[in-house]
Amino acid sequence: MTSFHPHLLDRRLRVTNVVVWGAFAAIAIAFFRTQILEHGKFKLQSETNRLRPIILPAPRGIITDRNGRVLADNVPGYTVSLLPGTEPTLDAQVASLRNRLERIAPIIGMDSAGVERVLVRFRRAPYQPALVLADAPFAVVSQLEERRLLVPGLVIQTEPKRYYPDSGVAAHLLGSMGEVTEQELAQRTGLRPGAQVGRDGVERAYDASLRGADGVRFVEVSALGHVVREAAVSTTLRPEAGAAVHTTIDLDLQRYIAKIFPAGQRGAVMAMNPNTGEVLALYSAPGFDPNRFVGGVDPAYWRGLNESPAHPLLDRAIQARYPPGSTWKLAIAAMALKRGIVTLHTRMNIPCRGGLQFGNRFFRCWMSDGHGSLTLQEAIAQSCDVYFYQLGMKLGLTSLLEDANGWGFRSRTGIDLPGESPPEFPSGTEYFDRLYGSRGWTSAVALNLAIGQGENAQTLASMLRLYQMLASDGRERPPYVVRPGATPRTGLDLAPEQLAGLRQAMINVVERGTARGARLSSLTIAGKTGTAQNPHGPNHGWFIGFAPADKPEIVVGAIVEFAREGPYVAPLVARVIARYLGADTVEASEYRIVLPADTAPHEVQILPALPDTTRDTLPRDTVPRDTVRDTSRVHTRPRAR
Amino acid sequence: MFTRVRELDRPLLGVTAALALFGFATLYSAGQTDVPTVATTIWQKQLVWLGVGLLAAVLAFRLSPRLLEWATPYAYTLVMLLLARWLAERRSAPITLRELAYLPFPFPLPFLGPPAGFPLLSPLVIAGVPFLLVMAQPDLGSAIVLIAIMFAMLFWAGTKPSLLLLLSSPAIGLVLAFSTIIWGGWIVLLFGLLLWWRPYVWEGLTVMSANFIAGAVAVPLWQRLAPYQQNRLLAFLNPEVDPRATGWHVIQSRVAVGSGGLLGKGYTLGSQKRLAFLPAQHTDFIFSVVGEELGFVGVMVALALFVALLLVLLRIARRATDQYSSLVVFGLMAMLFTHIVENVGMTVNLLPITGIPLPFFSYGGSFLLTCSVAIGLALRVAWESRLSGYTER
Repeated sequence: MTSFHPHLLDRRLRVTNVVVWGAFAAIAIAFFRTQILEHGKFKLQSETNRLRPIILPAPRGIITDRNGRVLADNVPGYTVSLLPGTEPTLDAQVASLRNRLERIAPIIGMDSAGVERVLVRFRRAPYQPALVLADAPFAVVSQLEERRLLVPGLVIQTEPKRYYPDSGVAAHLLGSMGEVTEQELAQRTGLRPGAQVGRDGVERAYDASLRGADGVRFVEVSALGHVVREAAVSTTLRPEAGAAVHTTIDLDLQRYIAKIFPAGQRGAVMAMNPNTGEVLALYSAPGFDPNRFVGGVDPAYWRGLNESPAHPLLDRAIQARYPPGSTWKLAIAAMALKRGIVTLHTRMNIPCRGGLQFGNRFFRCWMSDGHGSLTLQEAIAQSCDVYFYQLGMKLGLTSLLEDANGWGFRSRTGIDLPGESPPEFPSGTEYFDRLYGSRGWTSAVALNLAIGQGENAQTLASMLRLYQMLASDGRERPPYVVRPGATPRTGLDLAPEQLAGLRQAMINVVERGTARGARLSSLTIAGKTGTAQNPHGPNHGWFIGFAPADKPEIVVGAIVEFAREGPYVAPLVARVIARYLGADTVEASEYRIVLPADTAPHEVQILPALPDTTRDTLPRDTVPRDTVRDTSRVHTRPRAR
Repeated sequence: MFTRVRELDRPLLGVTAALALFGFATLYSAGQTDVPTVATTIWQKQLVWLGVGLLAAVLAFRLSPRLLEWATPYAYTLVMLLLARWLAERRSAPITLRELAYLPFPFPLPFLGPPAGFPLLSPLVIAGVPFLLVMAQPDLGSAIVLIAIMFAMLFWAGTKPSLLLLLSSPAIGLVLAFSTIIWGGWIVLLFGLLLWWRPYVWEGLTVMSANFIAGAVAVPLWQRLAPYQQNRLLAFLNPEVDPRATGWHVIQSRVAVGSGGLLGKGYTLGSQKRLAFLPAQHTDFIFSVVGEELGFVGVMVALALFVALLLVLLRIARRATDQYSSLVVFGLMAMLFTHIVENVGMTVNLLPITGIPLPFFSYGGSFLLTCSVAIGLALRVAWESRLSGYTER
């Protein structure tokens, strides 16, 4: 057959050779391009392909009291996360994540709303593992470990979690932890989505220094997303722990206050050093357990806190406003002394006979029998309303408003804690024009303002500021928990002997005045009681005091809602002061304070409605019941025009 | 028997042994993963298959080409009937049967008689029946290999290149039909070529009408393709289309091969393979394991062994004592060539993905048997030409 002639075969052999060599040359070139020329690109792809970054959260800085005792610590906890898959689109990744979440949901006890929350969190930071549980109990962790193969991309790692050894004792002061919100992410730098940040208190105020710097590690994952092993150590970036924050708090004192604060009562106690502004204790009741906020608060607990009529999350020391009551009388006295209207021994024209007729109204004194004729010092000790009605009229509304505004009774104290509410006080007479119309009010408002009622709502911190100034040299030292704020702006401008006279008056309050029930034999305490009219139930009780009276080292203020009388609160403050100064060695001081009640042994009945201490408007309805006979005439709308 | 070992073709024996060793070592490595896969213990099974393959090669060697030539029509008919039977039951035939259809001993038959008036008709029928049967399985990869074998043997039998081009023109027209303008240009060119080469009138008419039909059925045919087949072709054009689904294989294979670099990551240490990013690392994409772990150097060694095997087979085909043997060996060479080029080419996205195995590397007993039989036959042909005192003419 001619076609198989050797020459022809050789020709075809050559053609075949060319085809074979050509094909293999093309393949060799393709491999050369892939393996030699594009090696770098593919090497990088192969690394990123199989490595997943996992954030290593930095341990938060600890928070200590003034003696270095730990208020907020870190303990090991478990977090459960899911690595995102390698799906090309976010939607596909979310779908696979949802699928895996639904597989482990029964184990971790997560409902569908919880699954959605995890997915929302993941959408915010799709390049990070999706955090499923921020604080997983050990039982859940061990169950998940058993099912590791069924759930690709499961990452369980130990992470430091916040722990408050004293749980609720300093809850409002320290604040709590929570996951960063969208809003915070937009406003603050250096935060990553899903990070735990301070929610309130010191944790919030000093979050930046407490937080530290997160680290990152890389794990190798298989094509199905299973974590196979830790990547080389060199690629791990160790987290940097946050800086410790040392507060001015005295943990002993704080614990003591929590221990003796009347059971079941609402209120606050705040103690500070009058010469420096250091806050020694800040307690608000009822409290909450910040440990339960770590790693996501249980919705039921959160709902309970939010819906409770007692508003446990409210810091009553700096966020709640109360009519200051008679504690305010020291402010009026200081104003009058400063302006030279009276001396400490000036008597008023009208002696106290249980009340004062002013125009068509009768303003009552708290003591219906009357105090008789008193000097200023005696009037403070007895808290005589009639004396201060007249002093207020002498002072005049304009001067009263001017001084109160100048001394900061309209502004925040500037304590280095978030969420402080400003006190409420009229900025000037225009306020009354606006409220009642230009002729709808009389100088009777000055009478109310003079005894701490009327259009006046102060926080415990702002009232404590006044007593801090009285207890020191008259200059303001803004309270602080960690670092002092701006330098003092204001002072009382009183002569030293005037200050001493006022202090003597306050000593008399405790020694033989309204607070004599709180007198301690071992210690001379100066202070002032206050009873704030409360239209919603029993009156609120105030007491602010300091000691030692000659050279004060501590000033303590307390407000107890529904305490009915300021004098009932005085023992609480006296024992706190005694404890701090080491003057109290009586065993009974360890017992809890019990408020006297009309129908002992029942506690004071707590009415369902919360007093309007938090509303951002003036408490217009805090008209003194016992000083105003006919309220309809004073505070009703102006006459028809 | 032992005296004959020295008489065997040593280059073929040596290259085959080297490839079998290399392939087995790679298959073992493919099973070494950090994630449990099916490939972990298959090297043991493959060891058994290698033994069986050796036995098959010995048996094939002992078969005289004469006997083979005699038995060819019966064997061919039997295989076709079996394929048809499976098809009739609407089931896919076992892969073994499809690969048996590769064995190209029936194809030389038409070329042995004197050329008739229809030189292309009988080869077309003889290759066309198994092509259609395999295609209908559906197994596009195997069908393409059959076509390649047929063209190679037509060429080796002395068919004019122009005729081969005309023969393949409907397939080219099929591909070009996706653009009307290009297809129009192709028809004009084909018409010019026909005028120039002046084939028989009926041949020219057949070719032209086949091209028109191809152009007409191209789109319906595309729609008839299984989605995975469409996706493979699309992913070949653009692997990034859907990296998780279709392009995944190509991308992961290229990443594995590319990250191997010049010297590779070390035997059994390929990270893409270990973490199961590399798909089908023990079958279709086993060559990517070579690329990742042994690098460019390892790839070149493997390619050199493959080229050596093909050249040795070519030499044997050239020196065969008779035309039947020559055609069979050349056909076997064409089969191995197609498998190697397609399989290796797809690991670097040089060619679209078809699921055809790599000789001596991919796991799978049937294809190893096919290859063993092929090598046994080639050894027999080489042995016979040596006995006949072959000298270069």
